[in-house]
Amino acid sequence: MSEMSKTILIKPIFKENPIALQILGVCSALAVTTSLQVTLVMCVALTTVVAFSNLFISMLRNNMPGSIRIIIQMTVIASLVILVDQVLKAFAYETSKQLSVFVGLIITNCIVMGRAEAFAMKNPPIPSFLDGIGNGLGYSLVLIVVGTLRELFGSGSLLGFTILPTVANGGWYQPNGLMLLAPSAFFIIGFFIWILRERNAEQIEKNDYPMSAHTAEKGAH
Amino acid sequence: MEHYLSLLVSAIFVENMALMLFLGMCTFLAVSKKVDTAIGLGIAVVVVQVITVPVNNLIFNYLLKDGALAWAGLPDMDLSFLGFLCYIGVIAGIVQILEMFLDKFVPALYNALGIFLPLITVNCAIMGASLFMVERSYTFPESVVYGLGAGIGWALAIVLLAGIREKLKYSDVPQGLRGLGITFITTGLMSLGFMSFSGLTL
Repeated sequence: MSEMSKTILIKPIFKENPIALQILGVCSALAVTTSLQVTLVMCVALTTVVAFSNLFISMLRNNMPGSIRIIIQMTVIASLVILVDQVLKAFAYETSKQLSVFVGLIITNCIVMGRAEAFAMKNPPIPSFLDGIGNGLGYSLVLIVVGTLRELFGSGSLLGFTILPTVANGGWYQPNGLMLLAPSAFFIIGFFIWILRERNAEQIEKNDYPMSAHTAEKGAH
Repeated sequence: MEHYLSLLVSAIFVENMALMLFLGMCTFLAVSKKVDTAIGLGIAVVVVQVITVPVNNLIFNYLLKDGALAWAGLPDMDLSFLGFLCYIGVIAGIVQILEMFLDKFVPALYNALGIFLPLITVNCAIMGASLFMVERSYTFPESVVYGLGAGIGWALAIVLLAGIREKLKYSDVPQGLRGLGITFITTGLMSLGFMSFSGLTL
């Protein structure tokens, strides 16, 4: 693989992570992460949709009149999501029930639209496809971290296997119920962003109203 | 009547679109820096929800549902797999029509809401409400009430968050948490507050 395609693939995972840096596609990142299995299915579904929507939109990019491009992108994305939804219903019915409306919401997931508009409209098909996979993986990374933490501490298991035996089953671990509820997802992503930004100093947002020094200028010298 | 009131309250508080179901998060986090803009966007979302959810309800019940096309002589037709494509088309279309209508007849409102309307097409709260309506097979009147409740709930959440963020910008937040990070944690705390509504029934 050439140097350039490697950059396209790797960059969105850490440096330009779609969730942590660009606040794209957060909705589903929070809602589907109560169990790791559902999270993984969602990651695969989203990565497939982003990669192929990027590929097809990039193939069509020279034949698309600018004024109706959004509608065309929407149609391509919606058709891909319908495909994914039908495949899930056929082969993983239980999981698709658990994901409920969130498969459908991939259509309005900003990562898909965002990458189509920002990358696929300007680049040839193969790099666009790789960019889609890269962004899908960046999204998956955050989701898997959140999903692992929530399932492990919320119900003491991973992928349904018991890791920390809970008190209810005669073990020692008292499950943290908060982890299974909505607020914990916000906290985990908040802290995740904190860690990521402490590592990449250039991602820190500027303070609109910086604090002035505690000492008066005269006393400081 | 009581049934509808209960549906409304549960859509606003118990199943708050933004804080409980995490829908419309992208715009929720991006456009909540000022209370004024948050109110504008909130109203726009309420208006669009009240129109799109019932329209999608009609489309689902009379065109897509299994056997819905019996009036056209196609009793075995099940088009529900086309749902996603139709709903997003309806939403995009209605937002566009609303924008043109407001521009022509209510310019004052258009100036206030104009910039937010295009944002709403890709707001998952709108699409989400339509999908929930289908999943829970609401009737037409129920879908009107649900759309209204979902919109109001979302608007309430974004205005509250904007209020908090306006105060928060003067505080000394740790470097890495500044901006997005602290907003997430604030939203988490708000969501914790909204959880006290769960179990609320009329």
